[in-house]
Amino acid sequence: MANSPSRTVPTPMADPAAVEPSVRVGTDPIDVAAETDALTAGRTDVGAVVAFTGLCRDEAGRLAVLELEHYPGMAEAEIGRIAAQAAARWPLLGLRVVHRSGPIRPGEVIVLVAAASAHRAAAFEAASFLMDFLKTRAPFWKKEHLADGSEGSWVEARDADDAAAEKWAHLRTEG
Amino acid sequence: MRVVYFAWVRERVGLEEEDVEVPAEVKTAGDLVSWLRERSPGHAFALEEPDIIRIAVDRVHAQPDQPIAGAREVALFPPMTGG
Repeated sequence: MANSPSRTVPTPMADPAAVEPSVRVGTDPIDVAAETDALTAGRTDVGAVVAFTGLCRDEAGRLAVLELEHYPGMAEAEIGRIAAQAAARWPLLGLRVVHRSGPIRPGEVIVLVAAASAHRAAAFEAASFLMDFLKTRAPFWKKEHLADGSEGSWVEARDADDAAAEKWAHLRTEG
Repeated sequence: MRVVYFAWVRERVGLEEEDVEVPAEVKTAGDLVSWLRERSPGHAFALEEPDIIRIAVDRVHAQPDQPIAGAREVALFPPMTGG
């Protein structure tokens, strides 16, 4: 859909109770256990943690390396805006988003979204919401480098991802 | 104004970024895309289908009708494929 990422999602009202999300973009490998542990360390009010990890596939042996390009400054800011919307919409106790940039090999983690809440629905929905909008609005681009050494191509955006983000405008919020 | 390019838009233009003096009649982000197409064959190739080009003005997503007066940085890039 032309220009669909430019649709504005309303900026959440300032809510002093909303959790402050943690957002990072970098070339270091993502330590999933450490990130999820950080959501529960030193507290006993968390009843649910949902962690989504997106991994680099080898595409049946075809792919050698996936190269992640991003827009420094905007990538962090845009993920931060999406995370703030999630924190305003669901009663979260913690929210962490980590996204890799640079070369990534099959089997490595590209992205982690981890949400903590008292009850499971908020954590499940917030993590799903984050991923759907991250896919269509966070300025990252994937280029394939192939195992046979040939020049790979840029991964094309999927209409299904636009549809997944669009559905949140119509869904009732649980939690 | 600085214009920055990413992914295959960057490759086709042949530049990561450039500083441009935009004439007064170029008022919107969409006007800027049309104006940039005239700069080189690489620009024309990168921006030949303006409907699929995404735009950010000062690091926030923008529509083609957004005014660019006062903008410091406009980014042009393909649909995003992160996550």
